[in-house]
Amino acid sequence: MSEKKIRIMVAKPGLDGHDRGARVLARCFRDAGFEVIYTGCHQTPEQIASAAIQEDVDVVGLSCLSGAHRYLFPAVAKLLKEQGADDITVVGGGIIPEQDFQLLYDAGLKAIFVPGATLDSIVEWVKTNIKPRD
Amino acid sequence: MMEKVKKIKSGDVRTASRLIRHLEDGMAEARATMKHLFPLTGHSHVIGITGSPGAGKSTLIDGLVESFRKKGKTVGVLAVDPTSPFTGGAILGDRIRMQRHAEDPGVFVRSLATRGSLGGLAKAVGDAIHIMDVMGKDIVLVETVGTGQQEVDIINHSHTVIVVLIPGMGDEIQAIKAGILEIADIFVINKSDREGSSKLRRELMAMLDMAPLSSFPAGWRPPILKCDNAFEPDGFVKSLEIMSQTIDDHYQHLIKHDLLGTRVHRKSAVELNEAIKCSVLEPVLAKLVANGELECMIEKLSKKETDPYTLAEEIAKRYLKAK
Repeated sequence: MSEKKIRIMVAKPGLDGHDRGARVLARCFRDAGFEVIYTGCHQTPEQIASAAIQEDVDVVGLSCLSGAHRYLFPAVAKLLKEQGADDITVVGGGIIPEQDFQLLYDAGLKAIFVPGATLDSIVEWVKTNIKPRD
Repeated sequence: MMEKVKKIKSGDVRTASRLIRHLEDGMAEARATMKHLFPLTGHSHVIGITGSPGAGKSTLIDGLVESFRKKGKTVGVLAVDPTSPFTGGAILGDRIRMQRHAEDPGVFVRSLATRGSLGGLAKAVGDAIHIMDVMGKDIVLVETVGTGQQEVDIINHSHTVIVVLIPGMGDEIQAIKAGILEIADIFVINKSDREGSSKLRRELMAMLDMAPLSSFPAGWRPPILKCDNAFEPDGFVKSLEIMSQTIDDHYQHLIKHDLLGTRVHRKSAVELNEAIKCSVLEPVLAKLVANGELECMIEKLSKKETDPYTLAEEIAKRYLKAK
């Protein structure tokens, strides 16, 4: 019998090893009924884009707490686009100053979650904005 | 649809992964595509890897991928992790151990959730193997969920089954029980630098010594390999070389003794069984759900007004018209 599920990848690009937040989110997405692919720390944008395509996810959630989001997040979005996979939604989270938001939106990110964002609000955003694909 | 078939034949990852997804979601048009892919299969050597949670299956697969790539073979990996029975969600984390191959175009890793299947695999695994086969992968590695004693579905889908064990999991009684230990073509004692490794080896030897010779297909007695600490790369890589060689040997053994056919036959039986369930049982259930009849029956049943056997017979009478 058919049942469509949201597939979401949680990934940590770059040298930042602080993965507590990413793991909590992965767990929280699981509890929301999503299928979560977690790829661990220290991933290059190339690895993340390639894994997202192999796994056919609806969303890639990037977490970065090191300050390198200005480079890393747009790099993932760009690689997906180059490989014809810009239908995969990219969102980001971490310690991201407000003045960087526009740069990230311009690069193709659809949402940014900063400290203080509740787990419920993040899940709600995904449920509202992402439909499992046909 | 032919466009899709062509793309998969050319190895297109996006199309393949999307098709696997549609199969997982149970979409009818995906099955229609499979009709065209099925005749094109039969190229890949399918290797199943099973063992308890934390035995090191994903890490071994990562090492095997490297070893097969060195020999110039292309590799597909299907990694299964459990679905939560409560929320329907899943964490698919096998990939973490294999991410160093993410950028290698000769390697395609796809994670699947069990979605209620109990045999250690996901329902779509059989078809996903076919898809990787049509993509031209020389090797398809299938990782089961962390298994206990009973999840033996993997034998229905593989040419070679590897059972991964670690020291310290139990005494010799475990080794004579039926189930998972019976399905191995190759045993691997992983983390063999830990205490209890030679005891485990002795127990497995004793178990194999007592097995009837007829249980070894054409004389293939499952070898017991060991694999040392993955954090000491030299020993680990060497163990993996031996393992991949033994896997090749087993495949050659199957070919030489004309045993590949029996494995394919076994898979065919299971596939037909699944397909019948999908085409016969599920539409009937769906109808009963849609017109509310199923709920009524459950109501009646819980009030003890009837019994499940009578109800099932009534349904069968209605839908199985022949005879």
